[in-house]
Amino acid sequence: MCLAIPGKIVELVDGQSEVGVVEVAGVRRKVQLGLLSEDMPIKGDWVLIHVGFALSKISEFDADEQMRLLSMLGEIDQAMEEVRGYGADVLGRESSDNHESRSRPN
Amino acid sequence: MRYIDEFRDPELIARASEEIDRLSDRSRHYRIMEVCGGHTHAIYRFGLKDILPENIELIHGPGCPVCVLPMGRIDDGLAIAREPNRIFTAFGDMMRVPGATGSPLEHKARGTDVRIVYSPADALEIAKRNPDKEVMFFAIGFETTAPSTALTLMSAKKQGIQNFSVFCNHVTIVPAIRAILDSPDMRLDGFIGPGHVSTVIGCRPYEWIARNEGKPVVTSGFEPLDLLQSIVMLLRQLQAGEAKVENQYKRVVPWEGNCAALKVMAEVFELRPYFEWRGLGFISQSALRIRDTYAPWDAERRYSVPETRVADPKSAQCGEVLKGVLKPAQCKLFGEECTPEHPIGALMVSSEGSCAAFYNYEHRKSLVTTISAVA
Amino acid sequence: MRFKDPQIEMSHGAGGKASRRLVEGLFAPLLLSGSSDRLADAANVEIGGATVAFTADSFVVRPLRFPGGSIGELAVNGTVNDLAVSGAKAHSMVVTFVLEEGLASSVLEAEVCAMSAALKRAGITMVGGDTKVVERGKADGMYITTAGLGSPIPGVHIDARTVRAGDKVLLSGPIGDHGITILLARAELDLEADLCSDTRSVLPMIEAMAAQAAPGIRWMRDPTRGGLATCLNELARDCGLSVELNEEEIPMRDQVRGACELLGLDPLHIANEGQFVAIVSPEFADIALNTVQLNDGGEEARIIGQIRAEPAGAVVVNTRYGGARIVDMLVGDPLPRIC
Repeated sequence: MCLAIPGKIVELVDGQSEVGVVEVAGVRRKVQLGLLSEDMPIKGDWVLIHVGFALSKISEFDADEQMRLLSMLGEIDQAMEEVRGYGADVLGRESSDNHESRSRPN
Repeated sequence: MRYIDEFRDPELIARASEEIDRLSDRSRHYRIMEVCGGHTHAIYRFGLKDILPENIELIHGPGCPVCVLPMGRIDDGLAIAREPNRIFTAFGDMMRVPGATGSPLEHKARGTDVRIVYSPADALEIAKRNPDKEVMFFAIGFETTAPSTALTLMSAKKQGIQNFSVFCNHVTIVPAIRAILDSPDMRLDGFIGPGHVSTVIGCRPYEWIARNEGKPVVTSGFEPLDLLQSIVMLLRQLQAGEAKVENQYKRVVPWEGNCAALKVMAEVFELRPYFEWRGLGFISQSALRIRDTYAPWDAERRYSVPETRVADPKSAQCGEVLKGVLKPAQCKLFGEECTPEHPIGALMVSSEGSCAAFYNYEHRKSLVTTISAVA
Repeated sequence: MRFKDPQIEMSHGAGGKASRRLVEGLFAPLLLSGSSDRLADAANVEIGGATVAFTADSFVVRPLRFPGGSIGELAVNGTVNDLAVSGAKAHSMVVTFVLEEGLASSVLEAEVCAMSAALKRAGITMVGGDTKVVERGKADGMYITTAGLGSPIPGVHIDARTVRAGDKVLLSGPIGDHGITILLARAELDLEADLCSDTRSVLPMIEAMAAQAAPGIRWMRDPTRGGLATCLNELARDCGLSVELNEEEIPMRDQVRGACELLGLDPLHIANEGQFVAIVSPEFADIALNTVQLNDGGEEARIIGQIRAEPAGAVVVNTRYGGARIVDMLVGDPLPRIC
């Protein structure tokens, strides 16, 4: 049910409108594109493949956005600590250092 | 590998882990269920339990289509395949799952033509290449896989391929989650929602969990960073006393789901009034069958089906483990009569079944006092 | 441990737990004489005061030809390698062919030529053989079995009982090439990749390593059927210690990773035909590694882990993020999964 892998469309098969060839780390496999008929992928698009069918297009924008959020995880914490160090947090309240200090990823 | 490796970045994983540490309330014990068998597998494969704090307990849910398939269905499928000139095709996951008369691989050893396929489309190809045989595809899976079976049936009809049929065991995920929440022994704080099922059905089908049951749901990807980020999002909701559905797996899951996939499913399938789930009993409106318009390709109508019903041994506690009420090791048969090599229940056969995952990854660790320090 | 399985299944030949049950439960107690219940790739036999290493192997592969090699080459290299990882230099071998009625002579000739070339490359002599023909429909074209003789490499003593906590695990090169190549060549899964079998003789690397580090070499194996995980699990059982691997250090080609991700396979269970794994004492580990790396074809060798005392009898893999998982022996054939 769950094993689905991102692959890049490297070819669209001539004469078969809903079939493409996808590549994953140098391994190629024919995939059926019929489930994406309302937004047909083109060569170069990345799709999620499950049992030989493309289930979804992968949004580069959302992937990048997610990486950005993840990279900020430690940093928001750090920024908050610095601001608290000035005696008040960003909302102007008194600082209360009520959590244990954590090691910083440096 | 793109869209995989970045979500396995060790430094970001360390940060996510620290954020989880920071967010979790030490005085609280969190019980979070991951519904999907694929998530269970990922948690073990990446050793994520070692990264989470002790007060976050991950409970394995029933989202394993192999695990919930009643044994009798396997016997039925193999009974059809045993006849001359028939070819039984199924995913690799099914090959070692035993029915009362044995597993597909065991039947193969006794002479039945049993073949592994990666895709239902490959099963159709086998039918095209073997016009003198009748090829049956033993279909399993939740809504992730059903659209592919549907499209394959549409293709068979369009191309007029008569020697192909599907034995349909597709089930739907929401009734399984409902069964969990209806269970009186269950106490859960939130859900790591299905990842790939959601690419098809979207996130709306889980809104009742948040609204009516007051539990947060975060649909999650399968890489370590996806799962950790989902836990961060759940903790944030729990801290704020919120309960809503959030989509962590945005890069792949559209909120509204996949329209085209839902359309082909509706074209080919309809809901069965009820279906038996192994371990969970009969659940209404929880499984798919092939519509009349595709009857010639429906193995259940084309062939006579014995309708075998096989009860699990009373001592096997698959149901309670499936619902997360019992841990695998608490089942009386675990590790003794029931091991991956001679499985009694399906949770031990499927590599993502809780019992098999627990046995392979944790049980053996727990047999000794210390694990050596990580290099 | 008597063998209780009611019939023979494919899993009994897959090199994992079922194979072990068959060998330990049926063949060994009834057929093997001598006090040794440790089953190694080759046996040391004393004849007239001389010690020779003696091995046997069989080769069943479909398709017969695949990118990077063929059944004939597997037969020669496999025999040489069995001897090499047992600490012996291959000297001579015999071969039997079981041929299927209807096999094209051109196919047979191609195999024999391949074997001839492989013999020269490996430096082993063929001294005899036998042929049988079976009816159409049997033998998948051809089956090959071999027996090989070799002389012990001076200074090398292979024994799982000498393995100690702190010893290093040395792997000669990337895993999974052969098994994935075969899987792809069968064309049942409709995958294509630029990948070929790694079949080759590992004797030159082992001889070079032995010349520099013989006293430190405790144990060796070629991770064929069942993959790295299976042979290291056997070691863990035999020496009563734990094998700890660092996932990051295990060399693997991208295509093998890709195919395994796609099919849900574990690369540690995939067969290799041109690699060896050695357990080397800490004092000799660096020089052993350097020597192998300097050898032609050994450039990708790595130290991939170490021996620990606990958890005894298990193989543990450290993931990159502070997690660990236990890797078991293969249960049956590696099966692709979709879940």
